[in-house]
Amino acid sequence: MAGVEHKSHDMGLHTEQLSGRTQQRFFSASEEENFTYPWANEVDFDKTADFDAMDMDPTGINLKIRELLEQGYGTITIKNPRAKHGVGVGVLNRANITFEGSLGYFGCGLIDGPNVRITGRVGWSCAENMMAGTVVIDKNAGSTFGAAIRGGDLVCRGDVGSRTGIDQKGGTIIVGGRTGAFSGFMMQRGRMVICGDAGKNLGDSMYDGTIYVGGEVEDLGVDCVPGEMTDTDLKWLTAKLSMYDIAPACGFENMKKFVSGKQLWNYDNLEPSEKKLVL
Amino acid sequence: MCGIAGLIHRGKSSNVGSEMTSMLQSLKHRGPDSTGFALYGAPTDNQYIMRFKLAEQEDMNRGFDIQQEVVARQQEVDKRLESMGVNVINREEATAYSHRYTFSFGGDMKKLADYVEDIEGAEILSIGEGLELIKDLGDATVVSDQYSLSDFQGTHGIGHTRMATESDIDIRSAHPYWAYPFNDVSVVHNGQLTNYWTFRREMERHGHRFMSNCDSELIAVYIANRMELGDDLEEAMTRSVEELDGVFTYLVATSDKLGMAKDVMAAKPMVLYESDDFVGLASEEVAIRSIFPNEIETFDPYEGEVRVWQA
Repeated sequence: MAGVEHKSHDMGLHTEQLSGRTQQRFFSASEEENFTYPWANEVDFDKTADFDAMDMDPTGINLKIRELLEQGYGTITIKNPRAKHGVGVGVLNRANITFEGSLGYFGCGLIDGPNVRITGRVGWSCAENMMAGTVVIDKNAGSTFGAAIRGGDLVCRGDVGSRTGIDQKGGTIIVGGRTGAFSGFMMQRGRMVICGDAGKNLGDSMYDGTIYVGGEVEDLGVDCVPGEMTDTDLKWLTAKLSMYDIAPACGFENMKKFVSGKQLWNYDNLEPSEKKLVL
Repeated sequence: MCGIAGLIHRGKSSNVGSEMTSMLQSLKHRGPDSTGFALYGAPTDNQYIMRFKLAEQEDMNRGFDIQQEVVARQQEVDKRLESMGVNVINREEATAYSHRYTFSFGGDMKKLADYVEDIEGAEILSIGEGLELIKDLGDATVVSDQYSLSDFQGTHGIGHTRMATESDIDIRSAHPYWAYPFNDVSVVHNGQLTNYWTFRREMERHGHRFMSNCDSELIAVYIANRMELGDDLEEAMTRSVEELDGVFTYLVATSDKLGMAKDVMAAKPMVLYESDDFVGLASEEVAIRSIFPNEIETFDPYEGEVRVWQA
């Protein structure tokens, strides 16, 4: 854990009690602190494979990805996903996965570990319930982007629809463009960065977590209030967004911060495992 | 959950029948109960196309009498059209219960429609110079084959795949809806309206008729009413977003325009692709991609957004 704490301090996260997967930016084979499942496949990142998904159904695509992981392929490219739904889901393995094209609804949901890049767009509910790893989308994303994510980095370089990060429980969501209404709705933990404008009811009913906005905010939802930008925030934003070559047009120093103005009296931001230790 | 789709070619015609069939077939999983098309061909000079049905599909399986009854209903339609001074140029039978008439007429179209629909079982699906509205039970391929839509040439169209929720599985509850009594105006909708009865009663007081209990029909009637009061299409749609409660995304087409509107919560999906000469919209991107082999850039319109495109 010493390594983890050191890393979190470097990233400016020392005001939060984060542990394990929630602060994971991306895996690397040498990072011992990263969580892996005991049944996860040993893969070689230099071993590459690609296949054409043009005529495959979503189940076939997902089974093919698993088959390649079992064979030790650590870098997999899927061509022509053609906006099919439920693709790239449930990958609980370290791997580099690239989709050359767009995904439909629920793409890359329930993942824990892989680095995913999507060169096109994603539909609704991309990376829902993501635990760790990274998902980077080169173009736009639909609504409920990153719903209920618990960890990892979810990045969209373009615009995103409504209810971004609804029920977010950890991790980081980064939007290069604008986002729609009710972003951060019932947010409970983690960070959301919106470089462009945010739609109405930002952070409605949020319990905790932090939202940064570079552009205009149409209005704030219930319980969401402006927060004070600190040097730690600025340091974290600069470090985090630089990892993905993203910068707000207004400059990091002009970004605005929003937090919950009314925390639940019986709520804390501890991970369930940490709560056990405290109790 | 239903699926809606729309497309418009700017400044040219294309095989919109085939394109819309492909898009709607891609959305079959969103609603397999019925499929409907509102396709816009080249407007005819001083001629109207009327699509109408004389019975529900399921009625036709109820013995021999209904076959004769439908024939009698069609004869009554012909008689009433003649009495109104309508010059019927062409009669086509799409199915035993569904017909397509081409006619010329210089009188009051609302009176004509009311007179025809006064016949038992008769429902006018559409009247227009370019609009042809086709809807029936089954998926897009079934309906397209049944009504020979694969060669339909036109500039734009909208369509719908329906999962029946609050009303029956029948043609009268299927989309699109013609915005009676406005020529060439049609609507498809995905969502639920929560102030349906309030507005329905108000529309009925204004003299509009409802053929079903489907909340989607209200949008067509609402748009028709606003246009009757002087709004243009975009104004009527913008007002609808403010006045209609619920969660919805809908598409409206007129003789030369295609419009879309989303509710203020953006609770129902819509994906949009726009290029210099084409606009495509659908509940899911797979529908748009079904007619584009190459990679395209798409995006979601935002909450409360209204857009209108010209053919």
